[in-house]
Amino acid sequence: MSSVSPMRSIRPNFLQAWAVQRRVIGALLMREVMTRFGRHNIGFLWLFVEPMLFTLGVTTMWTIAKMTHGSHLPITAFALTGYSSVLLWRNMPSRCISAIMPNLSLMHHRNVKIFDIFSARLLLEAAGASISFVVLTLIFIAADMLKPPEDVLQVLAAWLMLAWFGASLGILLGALSEQYELVEKLWHPTAYLLFPLSGAAFMVDAMPQVAQKYLLYLPMVNGVEYLREGYFGSLVHAHYDIMYMVICCLVLSILALAQTRKISRTLIPE
Amino acid sequence: MINLQNISKHYHTRSGMVRVLDGVSLVIQPGERVGVLGRNGAGKSTLIRLISGAEAPTSGRVQRSMSVSWPLAFGGAFQTALTGFDNLRFICRVYGADPSDKVPFVQEFSELGIYLYEPVRSYSSGMRARLAFAISMIVEFDCFLIDEIVAVGDARFHEKCHHELFEKRGDRAMIIVSHNPDYIREHCHRAVVLSEGRMHTFDTLDESYEFYMSQQYV
Repeated sequence: MSSVSPMRSIRPNFLQAWAVQRRVIGALLMREVMTRFGRHNIGFLWLFVEPMLFTLGVTTMWTIAKMTHGSHLPITAFALTGYSSVLLWRNMPSRCISAIMPNLSLMHHRNVKIFDIFSARLLLEAAGASISFVVLTLIFIAADMLKPPEDVLQVLAAWLMLAWFGASLGILLGALSEQYELVEKLWHPTAYLLFPLSGAAFMVDAMPQVAQKYLLYLPMVNGVEYLREGYFGSLVHAHYDIMYMVICCLVLSILALAQTRKISRTLIPE
Repeated sequence: MINLQNISKHYHTRSGMVRVLDGVSLVIQPGERVGVLGRNGAGKSTLIRLISGAEAPTSGRVQRSMSVSWPLAFGGAFQTALTGFDNLRFICRVYGADPSDKVPFVQEFSELGIYLYEPVRSYSSGMRARLAFAISMIVEFDCFLIDEIVAVGDARFHEKCHHELFEKRGDRAMIIVSHNPDYIREHCHRAVVLSEGRMHTFDTLDESYEFYMSQQYV
């Protein structure tokens, strides 16, 4: 992260370093967009069309199946808030794992750091999930299938918390995957198994008392509950501990930065 | 000035630790052209990566008080799915340059024509080398790192590289890696020789040359 501009003074002040940081992440971001989406058909619109299709598909399936979820919420609203949250936190680690190897040759440019590669991918992933969530919400509201959120700020706060969780977990697993191949192999089954436990498909309130306590150990369950309380207000009885989630994310962030630092010492550009 | 102080670099391999560089020190003054000679695997490229800051030494310090390029003409950094122009734009963004006024130079030097807007994977190795070199010339540095530039391309390409590097940028510092001692003799003020992780420094090019040649038959 301690980027040095190649053209100006060798020890930059904070503002110069910040400018380099923004430039590098911006460059990686554009490169990522071009590489992933290209200039074909709808191009970078896939960034949020793909998560939208996922969410729409799941919403349709849950609606047809009349899935019970232990609350009086309309199933559309339930699926939209739940599945969007999953996409947000789950895709971030998936994008960060094994992200370094294909970008190894970029490391010849001194200012490009591992952290920048993660950041670019995370920003893109967060943007895709967020745009998808907002656009679908607006469409459903316009189609009269959904009421506007009761507390927009709380929804936003919950969304940011889920993004923080996803980003810190993403960087940690991404950095670990450089050292241990096992991480990549284990993440897929873990992500798959975490989905039904993540709070996307149930409200904690509907779970047996014994299970509630354990479910709330999962940070994202707290986030989803907080989000749904913000969206639906008094319609739901949410269970969460945001302080617990903050502490989890802080610990993950510190571990993530430590592991990133560790692998950047031994990194060999291609 | 670039100051390498007692640099060591170790790599982990399956057969244990390998010490590529062992207590290497080197000072490069502004405008100085230093050649680095050494046989295959002597650690020349490792040294270049440490100087460029792309890699960190296991121990020792690298101080840079002038701007240092990335290893020149390095084509490996291309994303082959992207066009030459997209790759040019990426470098411009990273280094804060404006791509639009660089395109004429890159076009003229690389002679890519319409292929600048085609994916790099469709390029021949000569086209890649020309593009890589052209892109290396769009950002100005006080010190250029040059790793085996003569390995690729035809005579015309070498001539153009020579013009850009040694005529237009003759006042810059350069660190030139090669296992071709004649190239080093022709372009450098002095040369160092890497051998078994150690760096050998000499006062004159001839001494370096002799030492390097004697190493060949050990």
